[in-house]
Amino acid sequence: MTLGENFPAKTPEGPIEDKWTSYKNKIDLVNPANKRLIDIIVVGTGLAGASAAASLAELGYNVKAFCFQDSPRRAHSIAAQGGINASKNYMGDGDSDYRLFYDTVKGGDYRAREENVYRLAEVSGNIIDQCVAQGVPFARDYGGLLDNRSFGGVLVSRTFYAKGQTGQQLLLGAYSAMNRQIARGKIKMYNRHEMMDLVLVEGKARGIIAKNLITGDLERHSAHAVVIASGGYGNVFYLSTNAMGSNVSAAWKIHKKGAWFANPCFTQIHPTCIPVSGDHQSKLTLMSESLRNDGRIWVPAKEEDAKAIRSGKLKPTEIAESDRDYFLERRYPAFGNLVPRDVASRAAKERCDAGFGVNATGEAVYLDFASAMTRYGKEKALVTHQDASNEALVLELGKEIIATKYGNLFQMYEKIVDQNPYETPMMIYPAVHYTMGGVWVDYDLMTTIPGCYAIGEANFSEHGANRLGASALMQGLADGYFVLPYTIGNYLAKDIRTGTIPVDTPEFAAAEKSVQKQLELFINNKGSKPVDYFHKKLGKVMWDKVGMSRNGRDLKNAVKDIQAIRDEFYKEVKVPGDLNGFNEELAKAGRVADFLELGELFAKDALNREESCGGHFREEYQTPEGEAKRDKAFQYVAAWEHSGAPKDAKLHKEMLDYKYIEVKERSYK
Amino acid sequence: MSFLLSSIGKKVTMSLSAFFLISFLLLHVAINFLSVVSGDMYNEASHFMGTNPIIQFIMQPILIFGVLFHFTMGFVLEYQNKNARPVGYVMKNDKRSSSWLSRNMIFSGLVIFAFLGLHFYDFWVPEMQYKYIEFKPPNEHRYFSELVHKFEDPIRVGFYTLSFILLMMHLLHGFQSAFQSLGVNNKFTPTIKKTAWAFSVVVPMTFVFIALFHFIKH
Amino acid sequence: MNLKLKIWRQKNSTAKGKIVDYEVNEISSDMSFLEMLDVLNADLTEKGKEPVSFDHDCREGICGSCSLQINGRPHGPDGAITTCQLHMRKFKDGDSIVIEPFRAKAFPIVKDLIIDRSAFDRVQHAGAFVSVNTSGNTQDANATPINKVDADYAFDAASCIGCGACVAACKNASAMLFVSAKVSQYALLPQGQVEREKRVTDMVSQMDEEGFGACTNTGACEIECPKGISITNIARMNREFIGSNLK
Repeated sequence: MTLGENFPAKTPEGPIEDKWTSYKNKIDLVNPANKRLIDIIVVGTGLAGASAAASLAELGYNVKAFCFQDSPRRAHSIAAQGGINASKNYMGDGDSDYRLFYDTVKGGDYRAREENVYRLAEVSGNIIDQCVAQGVPFARDYGGLLDNRSFGGVLVSRTFYAKGQTGQQLLLGAYSAMNRQIARGKIKMYNRHEMMDLVLVEGKARGIIAKNLITGDLERHSAHAVVIASGGYGNVFYLSTNAMGSNVSAAWKIHKKGAWFANPCFTQIHPTCIPVSGDHQSKLTLMSESLRNDGRIWVPAKEEDAKAIRSGKLKPTEIAESDRDYFLERRYPAFGNLVPRDVASRAAKERCDAGFGVNATGEAVYLDFASAMTRYGKEKALVTHQDASNEALVLELGKEIIATKYGNLFQMYEKIVDQNPYETPMMIYPAVHYTMGGVWVDYDLMTTIPGCYAIGEANFSEHGANRLGASALMQGLADGYFVLPYTIGNYLAKDIRTGTIPVDTPEFAAAEKSVQKQLELFINNKGSKPVDYFHKKLGKVMWDKVGMSRNGRDLKNAVKDIQAIRDEFYKEVKVPGDLNGFNEELAKAGRVADFLELGELFAKDALNREESCGGHFREEYQTPEGEAKRDKAFQYVAAWEHSGAPKDAKLHKEMLDYKYIEVKERSYK
Repeated sequence: MSFLLSSIGKKVTMSLSAFFLISFLLLHVAINFLSVVSGDMYNEASHFMGTNPIIQFIMQPILIFGVLFHFTMGFVLEYQNKNARPVGYVMKNDKRSSSWLSRNMIFSGLVIFAFLGLHFYDFWVPEMQYKYIEFKPPNEHRYFSELVHKFEDPIRVGFYTLSFILLMMHLLHGFQSAFQSLGVNNKFTPTIKKTAWAFSVVVPMTFVFIALFHFIKH
Repeated sequence: MNLKLKIWRQKNSTAKGKIVDYEVNEISSDMSFLEMLDVLNADLTEKGKEPVSFDHDCREGICGSCSLQINGRPHGPDGAITTCQLHMRKFKDGDSIVIEPFRAKAFPIVKDLIIDRSAFDRVQHAGAFVSVNTSGNTQDANATPINKVDADYAFDAASCIGCGACVAACKNASAMLFVSAKVSQYALLPQGQVEREKRVTDMVSQMDEEGFGACTNTGACEIECPKGISITNIARMNREFIGSNLK
């Protein structure tokens, strides 16, 4: 399990259940007095960044945390809805660390590192304990104990949740832990600051250049280690469920300074998003996967019905039960509507491509709660001794139950689409949601740059080629609360005598100068088109040619298209305003410039991976039934080393070896 | 002390003084109402109130302090609250989110305070003069005739009525709001709100009724 | 539809601001309010003018970044949503829309429609946390059962997104709804008990220091709150505060 000679994954020896414990027992520690002499920079304050910043500060390190938002609490982890997995087995349905580990590796289509995933499963229970201790109000049952629900791709209920706002509650929990450290002076918080570049001193990460987004000033910040927790790069598609400000820049800057970028093409397309309504669309809204617990996905079985619906002549509620095609239940009887996301998304796309799509655009399928309402309503009627044969009453009771479970999601849907999902089925369509790929890290979560770490969605990590629902929150918090605070000590133990890193050095000056140069280039460019024009154009190429289903010819074209857009961008982009003061267009220009480079590497990686696995589907590599066809030859992590331009990036392979799991065909039938 | 200077502390003192003034109002309206029932009973009660040393030398100063405190604190809060938004909105649309009454307590309060000035001038000042300056002998039969005399002037009755309508408006928000300030918002709140509403309408309207009764009758 | 916009423009925190008139044309009723502003900004950029700055991020009503006082109401005419969830179908062709920043002494303007809400952060630094370290050795999550009713109330209070609409709506620019939501979340949970009294005292004192007004129970905050946080939380905070001061 090595990745080149220079960068082994550094996974510990021994049986998988003991690796993390024995690792923790053997690593170097920094004594409390010395921790006070060490500075750490954390970029990004989502679940991973906030939890890491708080935990590192609790340990005694001096933390400087950066976020581009006006408060750490606004990082996009806040939008995660459904829940967080943990192998607590509170439901007594046979869950265990091993089962969570197994489900995650299988769900990721055998493209994740076994040791990391096992460690994740091992600490998952601690996360729940920690969050409850912080006052995170998880959903509870009437006995006062924590409630669980089930998510796609698994056969147990292990998902803890706080209505449809789990991410919000977990982030606020981590933020509260940060608040405590900010009050103590152990975290110095830099809101509305964007990391512009990483500074290397003697090959080690020793600081960053940050831009104060309000004044426009460039600032030099030094530290003994730099942690990148800047999230994923789904916005390379322009339209995604990510926040408007979510960007790849921090990860991309460290990539250009030497950190390898792994599996960029592994992107999760989430099946249940609100469909696009027009060209004006600026972002897409997710409807939580938890809805698939109770909603049934279908399209009309007859093409003429689908046509009639698209033209507005027919309503979905008018279609008879026998004329509906519950395609997930039909194709995957074992998992039904709860198949993993990649499978559900592709199945929806297949039906829409075949002409059965609903909505005016033909790019939507139904998510129907009618049968769940009847089922819940009957149960409620029986429990409360009311007439269970009264259909209107049953429906009314059922609606109430559905409202308590998903009320906020239903309301959100109604506000956006202007249809009442209690009366008519929801329309949904897949959208870009999460990126499994990211900065390559070893077992310590350190990138190929010494002293530079990547955590949370920013690293390539545990999800392989497809992430299971409710696992992102788990990974972000595991990295931040329970993994990085240990592993970073192993590196910093050597730095106790270093002293404060000075910022008035040639390295910092050079990095600042190059940032300044790029900003000036944008402001002085005599172009005519706003930044969004290029971002949308890039997004369209990505969605059409590097999206849910890919092929060699399109990918080759995509590489060319992206290069052309990039050239045009530098010639034609127009950035109004000036260098000083708040200038959102200028910030956007920098981010889109990085997306334009990442997009090319993304397509190149997809072209390289001549197999289908997880979220990566190559049309050339599929089974006769249209399922993804994996290839043993590609059982590796593709880590790309920057060398001048994306087209020249060098591929390094970390071969994946499965000792504790049998690599099988991933079937959800 | 820091409690009294905090924003919540000030609200608490506002609501406590409000409750005190409300209880006084209840007493006042009860005695005044006697004038409708029988002049003698009114005289008797008034005489007791006017000569009992506990009421004269303990309760009366507390009441005056309560009024002044409630008014001063109301003004201080209003000033601070105005300061919390030094630059106002170009367009304001708060009709949907809050009642006019709740937003204009300072104005209803000011009118009531002006009325209190008149009221003092009408009743309290002559009373003080009668008792403590001119040292006239106690006359337990004078109160009713004095009351009737005051309500002969239609302008005074008009202003009196207007003031009590504003008092009603002040109470409509203030009474139930005083509970919220003290932290009472629970399953009894709907009942509290209804009771407070009834009190806020009935008590000031009774004052108005008494005034009109004497104005019309005499 | 075509609309007339009257937007507050202000170069920076110290500059003098004013309302500037704009027009946008061919706006689809399916657009969100912020997408309508995107159209305006693209147009301004192409004409070589500086676009209107406004805060926004998740655009799905949860991050609390977007603000805007629209026609005199925080987050606009629709109820229980944030500005990013407001759709243009709530307006008619030819409408004139006044767009201003949330206004309060404690929320100074950064630029145009962007305000500085760091006062909220500082109030939370004062006590919105449970002092528990990340050890992995805290007690099992199910060791202390929590009554479902309390847990649900705590959740409702915790669903605050910190947008500041309560302050914007309040005639006194009071932050009581925001602060009380945080105080309530912890006051209702067993985990919050140990620091309960210190928390409310410290947070209220920080709130006062930031220059927010006092509450006069007009109830505007709960009507305009995009998350429907109730003023029963304010009553609870009052109780907590009185209680902690009586000890």
